[in-house]
Amino acid sequence: MTKPDVVVTGIGATTPLGGDVASTWDAMLAGRSGVSKLTQEWADQLTVKIAAQLAVEPSEVIDRVRLRKLDRSEAVALIAAAEAWADAGLADAGLDRERLGVVVGSGIGGAQTLLAQDDILEASGARRVSPHTVPMLMPNGPAAFVGLEYGAQAGVHAPTSACATGAEAVAWGLDMIRSGRADVVIAGGTEAVIHPLPIAGFASMRAMSTRNDDPEKASRPWDKGRDGFVLGEGAGILILERADHAAARGARIYARLAGAGMTSDGYDIVQPHPEGTGAARAIAMALRDADVAKADVVHVNAHATSTPVGDMAEIAALRAALGDHPVLTATKSMTGHLLGAAGALESIATILAIRDSVVPPTINLDDPDDALTMDVAAHKARPLQIAAALNNSFGFGGHNVALLFTRP
Amino acid sequence: MATREEVVTGLAEILEEVAGVNPDDVSEEKSFTEDLDVDSLSMVEVVVAAEEKFGAKIPDDEVQNLKTVGDAVSFIVANS
Repeated sequence: MTKPDVVVTGIGATTPLGGDVASTWDAMLAGRSGVSKLTQEWADQLTVKIAAQLAVEPSEVIDRVRLRKLDRSEAVALIAAAEAWADAGLADAGLDRERLGVVVGSGIGGAQTLLAQDDILEASGARRVSPHTVPMLMPNGPAAFVGLEYGAQAGVHAPTSACATGAEAVAWGLDMIRSGRADVVIAGGTEAVIHPLPIAGFASMRAMSTRNDDPEKASRPWDKGRDGFVLGEGAGILILERADHAAARGARIYARLAGAGMTSDGYDIVQPHPEGTGAARAIAMALRDADVAKADVVHVNAHATSTPVGDMAEIAALRAALGDHPVLTATKSMTGHLLGAAGALESIATILAIRDSVVPPTINLDDPDDALTMDVAAHKARPLQIAAALNNSFGFGGHNVALLFTRP
Repeated sequence: MATREEVVTGLAEILEEVAGVNPDDVSEEKSFTEDLDVDSLSMVEVVVAAEEKFGAKIPDDEVQNLKTVGDAVSFIVANS
């Protein structure tokens, strides 16, 4: 059976760099950092006092009454989905809603709601707990609210695989269309857990950067001075569409989603396999699935979170599965790590790199790790004609997802 | 004890906060769900806030009888 072609016809995002795709992409190409000091009082007690917070607050976009029934992760998912939906020109496309699917995941889910309502429970008693609590904290909440907003009836799904979630959602969206269950899928990831508890948890694992005095330099993938990731928040959403469906309505096409690979390490609950074997298998699987030659993959938007072990395991995986030729970048150097949204946001960056023939920079790569033998677009954006590009995402639990996008 | 008018005003404040209802639209004959677009979960919030504001206990099985603002006003005036 031949696989139907799947293309990307719309993109949307709200990130630490901007409230939409255009402002985020401009900031990326300019090499701007979205990381800043946490000025909230609760940050005083933490060892980590920096994060990449949203550039535009959801309250500037969504009205107050609606917002009080949404977890922050749901609000940002709806904001990114609205942009992607409009961008794809679907508002007036007369879409058959029984052929519209949603795959939107989150790494942690409605933790801010859970913790805030627990505070209310402890302070004021059970009767004061909001009746909106459950739809706000359930892990499928963001997917369900997006599905409701657009009347999606082909199925609403919420994969969760920690920091691989956003990419996994895109991969499942591809499967939904290929298997014939949908013509159009709203796919992506969302995360909003800048709160003392998740930060304290990650900090206790020694997973986060404590470069508190120099926030903009804190996220530094592959640099010798890297000391952990910087937590970010936001959402990224892609509109995936069967190519003939997109062509029939004359939709603008950003890129083909040519293939995906998903594997699991079976090695450790949080540590990546040091040689990146599971990641290498995911990349090889994506190449086979897309039927794209290694040589054509000239750019990789790497997972590269700025942790000591993970960054180098990925290099080993890339060399094993692809070779030394691609130009890499780690946009987390600018956005921080959006956890469950990262793979979706970085897919958008990968697609725009193909469209604009430019690799966004990896900032703060001042003193590259000795084991970094591949070419990175350090400090400055680099012009590059891109036929095919890869986006990697890996998550706690040993999840590996590789997505392969090609020029339409 | 609050007058009917005071209770209507108080409910209008709660409805604005919880459900974004324009206070000018709130009057005794209005239905919470049909006229004021208050969904079932938000109605629970309105009830809890009203209990707090007027010191009235509104049992869960009573809530389904409170179709209109006037129904709520009568119950609160009689039970606070």
